[in-house]
Amino acid sequence: MNEEATQERVTHTLGDIAIKIREMHKWYGQFHVLKDINLDVQNGERIVVCGPSGSGKSTMIRCINRLEEHQRGDIIVDGVELTNDLKNIEAVRREVGMVFQHFNLFPHLTVMENCTLAPIWVRKMPKAEAEETAMKYLERVKIPEQAHKYPGQLSGGQQQRVAIARSLCMNPKIMLFDEPTSALDPEMIKEVLDVMIELAREGMTMICVTHEMGFAKTVANRVIFMDEGQIIEQNEPEEFFNNPQNERTQLFLSQILQH
Amino acid sequence: MSSNTALQGGGPVTRRNPVSRLWNDKQTRSVIVQIIATVLIFAFFFYMVQNAIANLERLGKDFDFAFLSAPASYDINQHLIEYDSRSSHARAMTVGIINTLLIAVSGIFLATILGFVLGVLRLSKNWLTNKLAHVYIEYVRNVPLLLHILLVHGLLVHSLPKPKQASSVGDVAFLTNRGFFMPKPDPEPLFWIVGVLFVIGLIFTFLFRRYARKVQDATGKIYPVFRIGVIAVVVIPSVAFILLGMPVNWEIPELKGFNYRGGMVIRPEFIALWLALSFYTAAFIGEIVRAGITAVSHGQTEASLALGLPRKRTLNLVVIPQALRVIVPPLASQYLNLTKNSSLAIAIGYMDITATIGGISLNQTGREMECMLIVMALYLTFSLLISTFMNWYNSRIKLVER
Repeated sequence: MNEEATQERVTHTLGDIAIKIREMHKWYGQFHVLKDINLDVQNGERIVVCGPSGSGKSTMIRCINRLEEHQRGDIIVDGVELTNDLKNIEAVRREVGMVFQHFNLFPHLTVMENCTLAPIWVRKMPKAEAEETAMKYLERVKIPEQAHKYPGQLSGGQQQRVAIARSLCMNPKIMLFDEPTSALDPEMIKEVLDVMIELAREGMTMICVTHEMGFAKTVANRVIFMDEGQIIEQNEPEEFFNNPQNERTQLFLSQILQH
Repeated sequence: MSSNTALQGGGPVTRRNPVSRLWNDKQTRSVIVQIIATVLIFAFFFYMVQNAIANLERLGKDFDFAFLSAPASYDINQHLIEYDSRSSHARAMTVGIINTLLIAVSGIFLATILGFVLGVLRLSKNWLTNKLAHVYIEYVRNVPLLLHILLVHGLLVHSLPKPKQASSVGDVAFLTNRGFFMPKPDPEPLFWIVGVLFVIGLIFTFLFRRYARKVQDATGKIYPVFRIGVIAVVVIPSVAFILLGMPVNWEIPELKGFNYRGGMVIRPEFIALWLALSFYTAAFIGEIVRAGITAVSHGQTEASLALGLPRKRTLNLVVIPQALRVIVPPLASQYLNLTKNSSLAIAIGYMDITATIGGISLNQTGREMECMLIVMALYLTFSLLISTFMNWYNSRIKLVER
């Protein structure tokens, strides 16, 4: 892992409930992807979700901003229940930022336009103000000088940092990270993790699907282990890594921490 | 290869003969190839022209465009400019040009709309609409266009009633196998107010769009530009039209003898050719649109939705700008195809360029060389105009990505 991981742990200050998931199930046709998910996330809490591939980690966090629909149970985000109500869904998405494994920047817009698109069209922000905000966040992810380039001109790590800045421009209350470093070359992982750690320090509510265990140890309040669509185990990072209770967790950790 | 290995081997460089050196030089070789190609092309055309001249001489014919001013002495059923059988061949050609342009423009218009609808339906998650669009596309694009034209024409001519039994639309418009007869508007003096309001509406909408963008940049406020535009261009002139007491006289077609007289008529040949060309080309455009939208990865839509952009804005701001880049170049070639395919008009007697100057004029004057050259030059001009326009549009919407 990177050196940052060994630095002092991020301190916790927790608040009210940000996300509440109750008895949530999801099927893809016949396939039962998520089984009886129950999860409470408090404001300011930082959760890392891990597990073998195909265990439903991504699907679960994609349910939180309804990029995926759940079929049974309740999901309440920031006090709004996710149903088929489009207005509710849009309201939730305005407050929940998401960073994707493959960045999904808009290739036809400059970095600046990527960052100002949603503030202008969703928050109805004047262009100058939106650009000012965008610049602020681009500085925070340390690439203000790339503002007028197109995403295709940037490296993977830079693109992912732009994607983070783009989400932050909407001033979200919750950030979801869906394997944000999995598509990156090893030397670029650190620059993205640094930005995420910084964000965690500032008290952002975060849910990260990631295999970066060093990041989990530094940042997370809680680590969740999923397998076959279920939450198998969750605990504070120290307990989770040093003293995993479930057999499957032990097996997973032994495989992932071997090298 | 042996000379290469000698070079790579690091041994003493063998001196090759100068011809081989020249031929293996990338730059000189490309120059030599180009010179040879140019010479061959010129030789070919020289031979063709010589051949044509020799053949014409043998037949005792000259090369002369004077026939264009001679009377054409044939009738044309659809002429948007004045024409009768005493008019010249040049006049007949002009009528043909106008008819071709008419069918090309109206065909492109309808084919584009239908094509985009088909493309979107084809992507629909609804099983039924998706399959219907699929079946339509597969049927239409796998049957030759000529058959479509004959089929639609046959249906129109045989299934529509004769003028005597015309099915009427409110006793003002009449559907017959001789064509669709409609009332012809004859504006009264006050009508110009409506016209002026319409033009003002168009200008206003154009300016308002720019103004709205400025306001949005400055304050963030988003105006419903489309709705306001519709009000300015459609609603206000319509209301004015009604308030002014509908200042238009309609010349209503009347049955006289065996056919309707007066009013406006759209002939069955035009309708058949128009529908067949549009339906046929729409199937291809539908596939192009589908491919264009599919080419935009789903991640783009997800990222946009995740930012809180509503579905409509996601389409307008993220998906369509990226899809258009893929759609426009092949769309241009479909427009060219439609224009050139309109020459099949001759099969049902729609008098376009091919049927006038390239058909009857050619047969009557025996000037096949001149007529064919004119027809080719005309289609070439239309095609170049269309592709110039589409290239301009393409360069406007082309996406810079780096």
